[in-house]
Amino acid sequence: MELSDPNALAVRTESVCRHYRMGEASVRAVDGISIDIRAGEFVALLGASGSGKSSLLNLVAGLDRPTSGAVTVHGNNLATLSREQLAKYRLHTVGMVFQSFNLIPSMSLLENVELPLRFAEVDRRERSALAGTALERVGLSARLAHRPMELSGGEQQRASLARALINRPKLLLADEPTGNLDSRTGTEIMELIRSFNQSMGMTVLMVTHEQSLAEKYAGRMLHLADGRLVDDVANDNARKRSSAPDSQGEPQ
Amino acid sequence: MKLYDIADLAVRNLRESIFRNSLTTIGISVGVASLVAMLSLGIGLQQLASRRLQKSGLFDTVVASSRRDLRNFRETREEGPAPAESPALDEAARKKIEELPGVVEAYPDIRFATDLRFEDKPHLTMVAGVPFSAKSNNDAFDGMQGSFFSSEAAAEVILQKSFAEELLGIKPKAGSDDTNIAELAKPLLGKELVMRYAERSAPPAAPSEAGSGELANGAAYSVVSRQQALKIVGVTDLDPDSMRGTARARVFLPLKLAQDLHVMQSGLRDTAPSDQPTYASLSVRVGNPNQVPAVEDAIKKMGFSAFSLVDATRSMRQFFAVLDGFLAIFGSLALAVASIGIVNTLVMAILERRREIGIMKALGASDADVRGLFFAEAGAMGLVGGAVGVSLGWAIGRLINFGTNIYLERQHFPPAQIWSVPLWLVLGAIAFSMVVSLLSGLYPAARAARLDPVQALRYE
Repeated sequence: MELSDPNALAVRTESVCRHYRMGEASVRAVDGISIDIRAGEFVALLGASGSGKSSLLNLVAGLDRPTSGAVTVHGNNLATLSREQLAKYRLHTVGMVFQSFNLIPSMSLLENVELPLRFAEVDRRERSALAGTALERVGLSARLAHRPMELSGGEQQRASLARALINRPKLLLADEPTGNLDSRTGTEIMELIRSFNQSMGMTVLMVTHEQSLAEKYAGRMLHLADGRLVDDVANDNARKRSSAPDSQGEPQ
Repeated sequence: MKLYDIADLAVRNLRESIFRNSLTTIGISVGVASLVAMLSLGIGLQQLASRRLQKSGLFDTVVASSRRDLRNFRETREEGPAPAESPALDEAARKKIEELPGVVEAYPDIRFATDLRFEDKPHLTMVAGVPFSAKSNNDAFDGMQGSFFSSEAAAEVILQKSFAEELLGIKPKAGSDDTNIAELAKPLLGKELVMRYAERSAPPAAPSEAGSGELANGAAYSVVSRQQALKIVGVTDLDPDSMRGTARARVFLPLKLAQDLHVMQSGLRDTAPSDQPTYASLSVRVGNPNQVPAVEDAIKKMGFSAFSLVDATRSMRQFFAVLDGFLAIFGSLALAVASIGIVNTLVMAILERRREIGIMKALGASDADVRGLFFAEAGAMGLVGGAVGVSLGWAIGRLINFGTNIYLERQHFPPAQIWSVPLWLVLGAIAFSMVVSLLSGLYPAARAARLDPVQALRYE
């Protein structure tokens, strides 16, 4: 179990901008956002549709490059990394969970979870064991050979979470992880994310438009509007909950 | 990604769209099959021609002759000793030549123009002695009617088709070659020919009907008119003596018999003072056509004239190289069309798997991983298409060969192998198919690797 130094800086964005051209017009999806996120923090990015939450998340994930400004994650300025280095960064530093799960339909759950280990060139036998353990931790040990279409939304998102964590990333980026789930399943997923945040000391940056969800789990809430940061609120209630003996602990 | 993982994922992806990928692979197979079928026929025809030419004795035979016969010529361009110093081409020389490395046999060329009587009608033609070994190595006798000589010195003859026609009084139609050899042979086989010839007998035999002669060196011989009954045992369609051009013989005797008859040959102007027979020329058969130049040189060094037609094979090889080139180009056209199919299939796959590519990139796949994956898919289609194509091409070649042989049989021709798939063609065709497929995969693979992951993840 790794616990990060709480004072270390996990993510820093400095006046980061991401502008797109749409015909003649220029869309400022992210417009000069500067934030610091410490290691181990659970941060929620809130805002209406089109406020720039997912665009900022993509910049931190290294899936996109800023038009200007800098994004630094664990000391790496992503703007200076080559495409190859960015791929390595996404493989080893970041884990991603998506609203639509994004499991590959032609692969079984085990194969889906193994996929990042294939990119990391982990030996076949070892990765099979690691993926099996990860799926066991999210309660899917009986579903290893199933294909995603044979599972419920909650199960798919749990598998997606297992896949995101298989390389033990320092930063978990979640884009509306409960957006396609009912509230009870959504809560299950959020509890899992929180447990990993606590037990592994992993920094979590979660995009959501549900204020209540953010209030319940995130220790800090960043409100975006029109690509700008409009509010940065500490959520002491969630912090207290996370420091109290965990109601659920690490699942299974 | 490790090579094994790339291959594993590529095969998995190909299996997912099995129908479309199978169609593309069939396209490649057809391309490779046409290439293999064309080339196998080209190679087969080349081998057939080589075999025929080799068996004809054109390219594995060196004709050695004594330079003495040239001594009255004032100028000669031949290298080597002057004609007068040239040794005699006698039995000792024949044995010496036969011992040269690479030489299978050296036998005297016995040929003479003579009168043959069939049903009391005289027919003048050229007669040649044929060594008993020609039974197996001259395919002019392979498909003939009747049989080869029963023994080395049997009083038997084999007729060339045109002489058989002459005997039966058949005039071949100009430009047509459709006389049925079997029907031609039927009335002739087993019949008797009477050969009238001039025997050169050693001195001091008293000349009976003919005169006598004296040679420059003082050795005398006498010429006796004789006749010999010969049984017709075979009629051959092909020309066993094609090398001789206008002097070609149309009637063939066993060589041993021809030697025993001591027929006076027009070309032989000299004879050795000893009892050893002297020959006008020797046919020297070499085991491998590649050794012909060396044997030719060795014979020249011994002081004899030697010539061969081995250089003519060079132009034949050149012709077949050009033919194979043309066949390969035509065969490759289908493969070129198939390569467009690969590009199309892979571009479609990129569109379909756009989101999957985005997911893989988000999970940490590098551009090289994505490129390698599409490249491997193209290569796998090329490999399978190549292997299936070679089998298909082999089968098509066999079928064409089979059909051709049915046709040949109906036309009373001996069967022929006009198709050949050597190992280099099998491996080369599969490798070529893979190279073409990989080249076709270059563009789609590069396009997949360049995909923007954010755009790809948004794709529904």
